[in-house]
Formats: sequence, structure tokens, C-alpha cells
Amino acid sequence: MRWHTAWRKLVNYTMFSLTGVCALVTVGVLFFILGYLVWHGGSSLSWSFLTHLPTPVGESGGGMANAIVGSAKLLFLASAFGIPIGFLGGVYLAEFGGRTFPFVVRYTADLLNGVPSIVMGIFAYTVVVLPMKHFSTFAGSMALGVMMIPIAVRSTEEALRTVPLMLREGALALGASKWKTIATVVVPAARKAIITGIVLDVARVAGETAPLLFTAFSNRFWSPGWNQPTASLPVMVYTYAISPYDDWHRQAWAAGLVLLTLVLVANVVARLSVSGRSAHL
Amino acid sequence: MAADDVKLRVSGLDFYYGPKQSLFDVSLQVLTNRITALIGPSGCGKSTFLRTLNRMYETLPHARAEGEILFDNEDLLSMDPVALRRRVGMVFQRPNPFPKSIYDNIAYGLRVNGTHRGAALQEKVEKSLRRAALWDEVKDQLHRSAYALSGGQQQRLCIARALAVDPEVLLLDEPCSALDPIATAKIEELLFSLQDQCTLIIVTHNMQQAARVADFTGFFLLGKLIEYNKTEVIFKTPAKKETEDYITGRFG
Repeated sequence: MRWHTAWRKLVNYTMFSLTGVCALVTVGVLFFILGYLVWHGGSSLSWSFLTHLPTPVGESGGGMANAIVGSAKLLFLASAFGIPIGFLGGVYLAEFGGRTFPFVVRYTADLLNGVPSIVMGIFAYTVVVLPMKHFSTFAGSMALGVMMIPIAVRSTEEALRTVPLMLREGALALGASKWKTIATVVVPAARKAIITGIVLDVARVAGETAPLLFTAFSNRFWSPGWNQPTASLPVMVYTYAISPYDDWHRQAWAAGLVLLTLVLVANVVARLSVSGRSAHL
Repeated sequence: MAADDVKLRVSGLDFYYGPKQSLFDVSLQVLTNRITALIGPSGCGKSTFLRTLNRMYETLPHARAEGEILFDNEDLLSMDPVALRRRVGMVFQRPNPFPKSIYDNIAYGLRVNGTHRGAALQEKVEKSLRRAALWDEVKDQLHRSAYALSGGQQQRLCIARALAVDPEVLLLDEPCSALDPIATAKIEELLFSLQDQCTLIIVTHNMQQAARVADFTGFFLLGKLIEYNKTEVIFKTPAKKETEDYITGRFG
């Protein structure tokens, strides 16, 4: 009998340790990447890096201000396009019934999510860049925006499904129409999860490189407006990392650090800023 | 029962969830400004019946009602459901306040109807909270979340919220089943006080509650209305054997 107990204890302990180690590895990987980036890129990170344009090849110094602004513009327009479509699509799936059509919508959203980002890039190239006959911020935004749609649809749908039926019934029983119920009770009740979903959506797409390669292309200067090719952080990392210049390598590390930091900060801020007031208002 | 006192006249109501019929030829008359209780064992159709009166079943895709219900001589089943629900309010089994402040909960129905604004809205909110006997307990914390209230208070909040739009009829679906006896007693007192402004229909699992509170009682069993009469008659001299068996606890 004692042998059985000892064996059981051993198995328990082993499994607990194994799962604990795997959890640590997961966390560890993130910190490892962050640490590596800080180590290699931290020294190149400076105010001038953040505010100056790239210098001509061969000259040291310069920065990636245009890439930072370019990424911001791309994400802004992509969100303006992809988030509302995804959000309203998610509302439809969560609130309006039927079996076939919602099933088809959900399935295609999942498929769209699985399309390789480079294929998205080729698609946007054919549909936007070729007719316009040049690369542009607009084309890049379209590629990114389409990638944002399925994520927004699913996260909005899941967020709305967590709102209990009895809240909807309460509103309907007071004489609110279905749309008013959705707009004034269901969506506000789920807003924490919806906002988190949107921020994560943006953060996920912020680092996409492949679609930008043939849509926004790149630019060593500022690109005012929406019709010019634009630099972006992920593409800069790519261009600089495969170059033969050490100075550029250092700058690539720094750009990677900036990108990762922005994504992490977005994640943390999104979760913190709406968590405190959960059951309240 | 005098004809002009009838608020709701139900004739031959059948109800189906898809192919399955759950109400069979129900007919009764609910009198104005009276409290009517619906009793019966679990699954007998009393909640289903209650929900046909404000057409809440329409949120379910395969549910349908056939027959006739006259609401002040208007055809209830073909009215605009939104307009209907502004005149027939409902309080649910478990309190379901919105995740908003106490004030915003009460104001919700008024804002949705667009009938009141500003100072008039504030007056209405206060009046509803007073009618629900909740004003004194919450007047200093109107902007706190409704979730900070106790279960009994939340249910009174839901009653106040339903009353804010001045419904002609108030449907209550086992409103006290999730509450302790003290909260239950408060709500029963409240129902008496509401009677002269509103017609009340209450579904209850608790026969003693029906005996305490209601003027008329209807007994449902397996989707049929077995008997419907003044409460005293149902409880003291029931006409049908099934009623008597249920009242005396031979089944339940």
C-alpha cells in the first residue's frame, strides 16, 4: 500500500514540476527576447533615433522617425477600415440568429484569418497598387485592414456572447427595440472585452511585414498624405537587418525594440485601463 | 366579472415551441387593478403563459402563439411589440439590473422612450424609487453601481425600473424566488401598494404567497388552465380535483 502512495505522489510531483517548468519556459521566452533586444538595441536607442530621418548609406547616425510615423499612419487607416467592419460583423453574429449564414460567416472569417500575410500583400498589390500604378500608404493600410477584420469579428462576437441573456430581456421588456438594446445595454456591458479585443487586434497587425513589402514598400524620407510609399518599422527592421552594415544592424535591433515595446505597452495598457471598473457603470 | 373591468381577455390560446405544444386552449380574463396569481407545478406552462402577455417569446426563433388576446380590446398578438412592452412591463425571476448606476437603471426605460429629460427625468426616477419603497435606502447613492445593492434591493430596483414607464400591466415571474423571507415580505407589501395604479399578474411557485397576495388565482397543469377563480374559492372550495390535489400537496 505504501508503495502505491509513494508512486502516486511521485507522479503528482513530476507532473506538477513538468507543467511548472513549461509555464516558466513560456514566460522565459518573452523575457529572453526582450532582454536580447534591449542588450543589442538599447545602445542605439536615442532621441535622435526616434526623431531623425535615415541618413544616406555609409554615413552613421540618423534614425527612423519616418518609419515610426509611417507605421502609425498605416495602423490608423487600417483600423479605421477594418475595425468597424469587424465590429459590426461580430455584432451580427452574436445578436442575430439563423444557422447557415452565421456558420458560413464564422467559417470564412476563420479562413481569412489563416490566409498567409504575404498572400494578403499580393492581393492588395493586385487590387490597389496596380490600378494606382504606385506603392502607397493607402495600399498598405488596405492590406492590414483586411487582416484586422476576422480578428475583430471573432473577438467582438465572443465579447458580446458573455453578456447574459437576462440583461437583453430586461431591456426588451422595457420597450427597447432590438437595436437599442444592443447599442445601449449589450455593447456597453461588454465594452471592456471589446476594447481589449480591438487593441490586441491592432497590436497583432502592427508587426506584419510581408504585406507591406509590396504595398507600402518603403521610403527613406517622409511620406506626407496617403498616396506615397511609406517606411514602416517592420520593413525597416528587415531592410536593415539583411544589409552589410554594422551600423544598420544596430539600428535594426533598436527598431525591433521599439516595435516590441509599443506592442507590449499597448497590451498592458489595454488590459489595465479597463480592468478596474469591471462591474461598475 | 363586469365586462368593462377586464384588462386582458385571453381566448383559446395555444402556444408552440417548434412542433411541441406547451399551452392548450387557455382562456381567462384578467381584471383591471387586481392582483392575479398563476400557480402550478414546475413545467406547467405558467411562465410560458406570462411571457405571451408581453410577447417576450418572440426572441426565440421557433416559438409561436395562436389564439386571441385582447388588451383593452386591442389585439395583443398583432400589436407592435415595442409599443406593447411599454404598456406591459415585466419583472424577472432573478434580479437583472443593468451594469449601470442606480439612476441610469431607472432612467433607462424613460430615455429609451424619449419622454423625459433633465429635471422631469429626475423627478420620475425619484417617484419610481419611492413607489418601489427603495428611495430612502438609495437616495444618497444614486450614482453607485446597481450591483452594489443586495439581492432584495436589486429586485426592488428592477420593479422601480419597470414602474418608471408607468405600465398599465406589470407581469412578475416568480419575483421572490431568489430572495430571503424578509425581502419577500417587503416585495409583497409593495405589490399591495401598487395595485390601484396597475394591474398585476404574478407567477408563483409558492402557494401561500398566492393566498396572501392575490385577488384571483389560476391553476395551470401540463399546459392547461385547470381552474381560475377568486383566490378564496380556489383555496377553500376548488371545483376540480386536480386543483384540490395540488393545493393540499398531494403532488407538486
